[in-house]
Amino acid sequence: MSKVMLEARGLTKYFDVPGGKLHAVDHVDFVIHEGETLGLVGESGCGKSTTGRLLLRLLEPTEGEVWFDGENITTMPLKDFRKYRSQMQIVFQDPYASLNPRMSLSEIIEEPLIINRIHNNAADRAKRVRELMDTVGLAQRLLNVYPHELDGGRRQRIGIARALALKPRFIVQDEPVSALDVSIQAQILNLMDDLQDEFKLTYLFISHDLSVVKHVSDRIVVMYLGVIVEMAESQDLFDRREHPYTQALLSALPVPSVDIETRPILLKGEISSPINPPDACRFAGRCPYKQELCDREEPKLREIHPGHWVACHFAGNLVQTEDIIVGGQVVAAEEGEDIDIQELARQEVAPEEDILTEEAAEVEPEDIIEVEEAKSEETIITK
Amino acid sequence: MSRKPLLDIKNLNVHYITHEGTTKAINDLNLALYPGETLGLVGETGAGKTTTALSMMQLVPDPPGKIISGEILYHDQDLTKLSEHELRKIRGNQISMIFQDPMTSLNPIMTVGDQIREGILLHQKVDMATATKRASDMLEVVGIPMERYNEYPHQFSGGMKQRVVIAIALSCNPEILIADEPTTALDVTIQAQVLQLMENLKKDFNTSMLMITHDLGVVANVCDHVAIMYAGTVIEHAEKHMLYRTPKHPYTQGLFGSIPNVEENVDRLKPIMGLMPDPTNLPTGCTFHPRCPHAMDICQVEFPRITRLNDEHWVRCHLYSADEEVSHE
Repeated sequence: MSKVMLEARGLTKYFDVPGGKLHAVDHVDFVIHEGETLGLVGESGCGKSTTGRLLLRLLEPTEGEVWFDGENITTMPLKDFRKYRSQMQIVFQDPYASLNPRMSLSEIIEEPLIINRIHNNAADRAKRVRELMDTVGLAQRLLNVYPHELDGGRRQRIGIARALALKPRFIVQDEPVSALDVSIQAQILNLMDDLQDEFKLTYLFISHDLSVVKHVSDRIVVMYLGVIVEMAESQDLFDRREHPYTQALLSALPVPSVDIETRPILLKGEISSPINPPDACRFAGRCPYKQELCDREEPKLREIHPGHWVACHFAGNLVQTEDIIVGGQVVAAEEGEDIDIQELARQEVAPEEDILTEEAAEVEPEDIIEVEEAKSEETIITK
Repeated sequence: MSRKPLLDIKNLNVHYITHEGTTKAINDLNLALYPGETLGLVGETGAGKTTTALSMMQLVPDPPGKIISGEILYHDQDLTKLSEHELRKIRGNQISMIFQDPMTSLNPIMTVGDQIREGILLHQKVDMATATKRASDMLEVVGIPMERYNEYPHQFSGGMKQRVVIAIALSCNPEILIADEPTTALDVTIQAQVLQLMENLKKDFNTSMLMITHDLGVVANVCDHVAIMYAGTVIEHAEKHMLYRTPKHPYTQGLFGSIPNVEENVDRLKPIMGLMPDPTNLPTGCTFHPRCPHAMDICQVEFPRITRLNDEHWVRCHLYSADEEVSHE
């Protein structure tokens, strides 16, 4: 395995809110290796973005440390931290809100070069801006346009060009494609992949979209209410879902295929409050495998298989204690041992079910003329 | 067609006419919703999905919106020709709608129970007590304890609010439910709950549903038929299995190439090149031709008509349209 580039040690961020302390990120530990893409998934409010910002010191942690290239960058004076900042950049979620509407495209991309005094003269900077525009696939004629004149995909390319301006080694991608349509999303994901190869970049890819995260990530971290509940190699996470939350989350993902029937494991109960959480498993309120221990002790992240970490007291040995609804079917607690929930949640549809479709598949364009003739009376003529 | 559609849109054209120009939001759109079925209406931003839904409810804001031509047939009446008075009896009663954002579609200063009751009082000839009773029953139906009748929307989570919106939409037992991206604002685990709920209710109430979404995963899970929209028109309309196994239109094929699928590992996605066309300045001929990998000469000049591949699958694409001799007939 390649060397560790970045490490979070007990990283913690509490926010003061009227009701007490909101535990946005609570003692999180993980490493990111040089050249890899680490995916960070979880539902809204689980602390994904806060984690990303803590790594870059855009937020100061309440506790814990971030190590970059073997240096503790958390306690470093900001003056010394500056040189690291140019190596660590971020691409934001919303390409509509993250670009200054009063700056032209070239000004936006040039700004980091000016701030960091990369080139001393305007001509060199202009050259670099053009270079960056080429890199991210923005036409030169767009040099002087303003963000409002562009669509979401192009705006996100500006965000990426700006992040690349200082030749960083590490980029936090904070939901970079969530605001984009699928056809544009695919263009941006491919671009990021190309850039990673070309510039040997390391990514932290934050997203709530599991399909996208699986596509881009080497390893995936699953967060729930400020803590890491599971962390594994990307395929391994999907193959061996150990944490009950991961199981429910992955089962709920709608798969765009008619040959696989997914039946979501439905969670009951409400998400517990992240404000002053008790010393207990944060998922206990919704967990169908909850036992008495879960309410009085917070599970620690432990390595259950090589490279596969889980924070659950009973991972690998789950005993169903409450009824679960899988795809509208109730699996009663006492029958739990006989039924494999995972099996039930994902079923391949037998292909012989659809004879009609087979026929449809055989229809080739040449045959259609006949179909057309046969149905000419019914054909809707449009103009 | 063997069965008669419950709602049949024929060659609908809707334009938004402004000082800056005319936006052709809907162009020769054809759509059929069958009784008891769920039709998925899929498209990207600006494809005209919401305008289609608003047209069905006759809620296109006018001005600037104008239904130029076309028919929306429902029970042998053309909705585009009904008076406002007649429409009011249909809206919310026989055809109702769930809007995308549950956070903004509820009234913040009215209790959730009263918001459900409002529709019932308006459309059903019942007294206050019966309406209140029915509203609390609806809360229970969508899985909210009726003790929460007197709470306000801000006291509910996003998933719960969407349940309230669903309860309002279903309170008069409509024949058609139009759901405009009902789960887009929700997290996946909550989305699963809401979709399951809608599925159950659809069965219990025998409601036909138009599900507007951009998520092909959601469509695979809940729909029976699928209509794919591009630049204001439906370019492919098919039974779900046919569409997923043998997508015909190059745009549909492009959509499937663009989405990462957790079941398959691909190194690179195959995006559709180019951008969505500007609806004030649509390309001539087939609106998809500038982005189409199979574009031919005819695609630049002629808007493709509907080619029926079989009873349950049609496509608007010159690749499949008949030879010239047939079109001369």
